[in-house]
Parts: sequence; structure tokens; C-alpha cells
Amino acid sequence: MKAFTQVISHVAPLDRPNVDTDAIIPKQYLKSIRRTGFGPFLFDDWRYLDPGTLEVDPATRRPNPEFVLNEPKHAGAQVLIARDNFGCGSSREHAVWALDDYGFRAVIAPSFADIFFSNCFKNGVLPVTLQAEEVQAIFEAVAADAAAKVTIDLPAQEVRLPDGRVFRFQINPHHKHNMVNGLDEIGLTLQQADAIRAYEAKRRAEAPWLFN
Amino acid sequence: MAKTLYEKIWDAHVVADQGDNSALIYIDRHLVHEVTSPQAFDGLRMNRRKPWRLNANLAVADHNVPTTADRVQGIKDPISRAQVDALDANCAEYGITEFRMTDHRQGIVHVVGPEQGATLPGMTVVCGDSHTSTHGAFGALAFGIGTSEVEHTLATQTLVLKKAKTMLIRVNGHVGPGVTAKDITLAIIGRIGTAGGTGHVIEYAGEAIEDLSMEGRMTLCNMAIEGGARAGLVAVDDKTIAYVKGRPYAPKPEQWDAAVANWKQLRSDPGAKFDAVVELDARSIEPQVSWGTSPEMVGPVSARVPDPAKEADPVKRNGMEKALAYMGLAANTPIEQISIDKVFIGSCTNSRIEDLRAAAAVVKGKRKAANVKLALVVPGSGLVKAQAESEGLDKVFTEAGFEWREPGCSMCLAMNADRLEPGERCASTSNRNFESRQGQGGRTHLVSPAMAAAAGIAGHFVDVRSL
Repeated sequence: MKAFTQVISHVAPLDRPNVDTDAIIPKQYLKSIRRTGFGPFLFDDWRYLDPGTLEVDPATRRPNPEFVLNEPKHAGAQVLIARDNFGCGSSREHAVWALDDYGFRAVIAPSFADIFFSNCFKNGVLPVTLQAEEVQAIFEAVAADAAAKVTIDLPAQEVRLPDGRVFRFQINPHHKHNMVNGLDEIGLTLQQADAIRAYEAKRRAEAPWLFN
Repeated sequence: MAKTLYEKIWDAHVVADQGDNSALIYIDRHLVHEVTSPQAFDGLRMNRRKPWRLNANLAVADHNVPTTADRVQGIKDPISRAQVDALDANCAEYGITEFRMTDHRQGIVHVVGPEQGATLPGMTVVCGDSHTSTHGAFGALAFGIGTSEVEHTLATQTLVLKKAKTMLIRVNGHVGPGVTAKDITLAIIGRIGTAGGTGHVIEYAGEAIEDLSMEGRMTLCNMAIEGGARAGLVAVDDKTIAYVKGRPYAPKPEQWDAAVANWKQLRSDPGAKFDAVVELDARSIEPQVSWGTSPEMVGPVSARVPDPAKEADPVKRNGMEKALAYMGLAANTPIEQISIDKVFIGSCTNSRIEDLRAAAAVVKGKRKAANVKLALVVPGSGLVKAQAESEGLDKVFTEAGFEWREPGCSMCLAMNADRLEPGERCASTSNRNFESRQGQGGRTHLVSPAMAAAAGIAGHFVDVRSL
């Protein structure tokens, strides 16, 4: 996994609550059996005026000029900000792959849906949970100046605004450690293979029907 | 110390405490489907890893499969076919049991698991699908995971998890006639909101929950995720045990008594503490119809579409305005005056035999309304389909002008050819009314099977209790 320490970037504002994973990456793209290449289809239904599939070259489609990510001033943003319950709905990790492939390294919101939140940490995309007022303050800062750069500092657990305001965020220490060091979680778990085998032996004696 | 059901299952599955309220948790059952697994199998190959315990896995293709009878000739859409072929090839390569599309046991993974007895009380059950919460109906800790966790489960038979908070939702009293598990679960989401259960595991309790059949409890727990909770639970009782008995993956006869003795402990102890408690009065729950683009945007059939102007919270108001614009609905329209274009009866929420019986009872001897272009009935599995046909339900549907299809996820998420066209409005028994979920530009109203069937006959929403 890609390591995450610090990102300094302007911010793309998506002013909606309950942004669901169907909106982040619609179902027709889930037919891909690859892990990459989803960036052009991020927020597909909002982003384009005409429908798309895996077989349609996104370069031939008409971008929706009213969709915020299509505004030139937000191009190249590595941080996305949205309202409550970002990433709700389906467990599709393709949502995180699409955000990552598009170029987003972090998403800031007052709250995230659980499965999406967990998927982020497997892919080096940092979900940053801030208070609703703090999120509102960042929306206002972006509205005043789209070029305003925020710093997301994972080791310090801080989001710093250009005017000097600092918003602290909480994060599970395991998530932080794995993310800062870009660790492979499966490899880490397999270091505990003996403990897994010992658990299985004990459990098989207690509840053999679980191993039929 | 008194423990909740969640804490009992958690404690029984801790392989190693990781500190900070996290643990390495053993996974008893891993259900696999074609959409969220190919990249996980690729990950195994790339790292030269093998599945940890083959017989913990059960695979079935459901999201992409066509529901038309000609599917025996293969899937026409080459991209869908490639994804189903990849599942077949991965399962064959690693030796994982798979019910292929032509197998009579094929169906939606969350219908097939319980039907086979592959979901047992007290298990941890995962699947790369958020509606894995369904299996909590059996007193199993069941939750959806992403593809990286699918790979982690395949490779290690464990997941690193943070212990969730607990929420007790007690539905007191008994529901009235015409009110189903779907209405209960929608009413709960209307009450707590789509983020109400975030970070929690919900345990459903109370007389109205005890009254539910296992099918009803699956419908209830299926939508725990729509209330933000990764998992929902119902305590084990005699109905749970009777449902499991005799199924192919159930404990062997010589294991049965010990299993039942174990399962009878699977309920929260008296006095167990929950982090949150929500109570509802069952008698106040009416048949529900969603009106917006989030499952929390839901209300009783007797109500009107709400007016965003009356919402004080600006973020919520903005969300409601966007939803009504997308849905093509005016504020204050009576729900019963909303006419529909299509009906979808199916999905992991409502495609079990009880659901099909309830819909058929409404449809019997009547005809689909002229303005309804298509009414699809998609059974949850080949076994559900066979059972329904043995009861003559297929005939009831086809005589009313409804289409009777092969099992799969179908128009719940429209990954196959079953979908809404832009602007079409659907009475759907599925679980998500998100924008474009059932087809780009499609408009979804979530209802129970009986309410969907009634809308198909009337051409608009109608209170099933008035029929």
C-alpha cells in the first residue's frame, strides 16, 4: 500500500450529504476485473451529460459544466470535501479505487459510512473526520478562494488552513501506523499464523460443526 | 458481567487482541460473488498465497447473471460474461465450491447462504457485499467487506476489526395486518437516519421482531446497512433452529444437540448494556413508501411528499430539494397519487418464498395496470423458484401480466439487462433508492412485496390494507 504522511493541496468541494458509492462509481464499471483505471468514471452520472460504459472512451463524452469537479479551478485537487455519511451504501472498494485513480489522496467529511471508511485504509486514501463546523469552515475557505491550500498531516493528525487555523482529527492507531508506513496488512496478519491455527484447534474441539 | 449478543460472538472469535479496542477476528464463513472477488484472487496470485481454509468459502454468481430463460446459452454481454467466467476460473483453480449459473441452487448470495445452512447461528459471516448484514437474522455476526478484506479473508481466515458500539432497537407490540418486515425496517431507517447506526451493530428485539419468520428477519437485517450499521442481529429462538435443521451445510446429526445447546446461549443477557437504545411502537408502523434518493427519505403510504421549505437544517433542506428534483416529485403530493412505470419484486431484501407468496396473494385474479410497462418477479434462488412454481405462484404472476424470471440480483442494481430507462419510476422491493441505482436516471420507490404488487395492479401507490 502507498504510504501517506502529508498532503498539501487545494480542495474540491462536493456539497452533498449521503454521497453513496453508487454515485462515486456506478455499477456498470464494477464489471471490470481490474483494480485500476476507474478515475475517468468517478462520479460518472454527475460528471458527464451522456451515459457511459466501460466500452465508451470517456474522452468522447460531454462533461457536465455544472458539476463541481469539472470547474477548472478545482482541477488537480488531491483533497475532496463533502458532508455527512460520505461513502454510504454498497461495499464496492471500486469507490476508493476511483477516488485514488482520479488523484484524490484524502476525503474530509463530518462522518463516513463504515465499510467505505475501512476500504480507504487498504488503499492509502485518508478519510479525515472533522466536526461539522470545521467542515463548514473549509467549505467557506474554498468558496472564498478555490486556490486555498490545506495541509493534511497524518503523523500530527492535523488539517491546517492557510489562515493558520488548525483542526485536529482522531484516527485509530493501527490505521495510522499502517498508513504512515504503507504496510501490507495481509503480510502482518500472516505473521500471526500460529495464533490462527491455535484458535482453530480450540474452536474445532468446542464447535466442530463450524468446520464441516 | 452481562453481555450483549454481539459481545458474545465477538469474544468467541478473538484470535488475538490487538489493543486499542481492535482484534484479529476469526471468520467462519466467507461468501463470494463475481463482482468484488476477481481483484482479490489476483492479489493472492501476485503474492503467491493460497486460501487459508477452502471449506469456509462458498461462491455463487448473482450480480451480472441474466434473468431471462435464454441464459442457458450463456451471457450475451461480453463484459458481464468475462466477470462470471473469472469467478468460475478462480473457484476451479483454488478448489472453492461454487454454484454456477446453470446449477439449480444458484441465486442471490444472501438467499443461497441461509438456504443451504451455510449461515449458522453464532458464526462470523463475511462477503464482499454490504447486504451481508442479512445473515444477522440467524444470530450470526455478518457484515459486508471490501475487496482488500475479501483477499485478507481468503488468505488468513481472519480480519482485523475494531469492536463496534451496540445499538438495541426494540419494536414493541405487534404490527397490524398488511405491515411487513420491510415496513418495519424502512420505518426504523426513517427514524434513525441512514447514518444512525454508523459505528454500531444493531440488535433488533421486541415482540414485533419475535413475531417475524426467518424470511422476515432476513429482510429486517438486510437493511441494517441502510441505517448505517455494518451488521444487524436477531437473537436465536426456536424458529432459527427449526429453519437450519436438515439443510445441506447444517451440523451433522451427531453434532446437532451440541450445536443447539450452544445456539440457545445466543441472546443478550438480561441487564446487558447497549451504547444506544431506540424504541418503536409496532402499532404505529404503516406500510412504507420511500419518496427520495436515500432510504431515510421514507414515510407512510398515507402521507404526502414532504416539503423542503419546512426543513430547518440547511444541509438537509438542500438534500431534500436535490432528491425531489431528481425524483420528479412536487412537495405535498399525496404518496397514493404517484403513478409508476415499472414494478420490481426481487433482490436480497425481498425475493424469498414468503415475499413471493405475499405479492402473489395481492395479484391473484387481477391484471397489471395499463400504464405499468413492466412488472418483474425475480426469485432469489433456483430453489425459491422451484418452490414457488410447485405452489403455482408463477402462473398467478404471469396471468396478471407480470414476468417470471430466473434468479439473480437483477434490477436491484441493474448490472444485467434488467433496468429502468431515464425518468422511469419503479415500485421496488429492493433496498436502495439512490440516484441511477436501478438504471441511469431511474426513480426508485422502496416498498414491501405486497405494496409493489398492489402498485402494479393499481398503476400508482395504494395502501395494501385498503384492498
